[in-house]
Amino acid sequence: MNDQQRQQNYDDMVKRLSPKSEKPFSLLKAFVVGGLICTLGQGFKDLALQVLRLDQEGASLFCSFCLIFLSALLTGLGVYDRLGKFAGAGSIVPITGFANSIVSPAMEFKREGFVTGVGAKMFVVAGPVLVYGISTSVAVGLLYYVLGLLGG
Amino acid sequence: MLLTYARVFLCGGLICLVGQLLLLYTRLTSARILVAFVTLGVVLTALGLYEPFVEFAGAGATVPLTGFGYLLGKGAIDAVAEKGLLGALTGGTTAAAGGIASAIVLGYLAAVLFTPKTKE
Repeated sequence: MNDQQRQQNYDDMVKRLSPKSEKPFSLLKAFVVGGLICTLGQGFKDLALQVLRLDQEGASLFCSFCLIFLSALLTGLGVYDRLGKFAGAGSIVPITGFANSIVSPAMEFKREGFVTGVGAKMFVVAGPVLVYGISTSVAVGLLYYVLGLLGG
Repeated sequence: MLLTYARVFLCGGLICLVGQLLLLYTRLTSARILVAFVTLGVVLTALGLYEPFVEFAGAGATVPLTGFGYLLGKGAIDAVAEKGLLGALTGGTTAAAGGIASAIVLGYLAAVLFTPKTKE
């Protein structure tokens, strides 16, 4: 058996033994879980608008606060990471995923202390999100300011 | 009412599905996807495309991280109109302050109160 044949046999074996791709199913799971989290958010928002009589801005914040609270709690209890294994991006992309990305590493690195452990590791993912989000918003603000000068 | 919730579910689900496609077919990690979604949200808001989407999809547009970008971008744009150049610097962060502080405080409390479960 020459090298090429051996390689070919090996490739065939890998193909045969590797688990069947569950890509379409994982897309469906991400869609459903992500959609449900957003629907829950809309529920919180409507509750704030109609029962608590908050304005639009207050209702949006109430919605974010409730979702972040739930995500932080469920991450602490170890439930959110199990949801993450099931839902993939469905649990990463909503704001609950952002909160999870803060709690998870902070909890993990608690033994390194409350400053360089919890305080620093909270921002492993949230830090870059804030850096690029806020920087882009400042750039957009500047652009609008310049356009305003040119136009007005 | 029911129709509103159907729109929220479909639009929010679709954004997450895009995220899952990126996870499956590119080498992007979840951190990079979150950064990309926030930045995309700011840019789409600046182009005037995200605001109509928010009106259509409600929480389906604001709960995904692109909605966080929308908050930042809209804050900066509105503040520039109101306060001029200073607004460019303060607007985005001011608008997002409530969400950022919630995430930091609740995240910190959860991390302090809970101990991680041992991995299987």
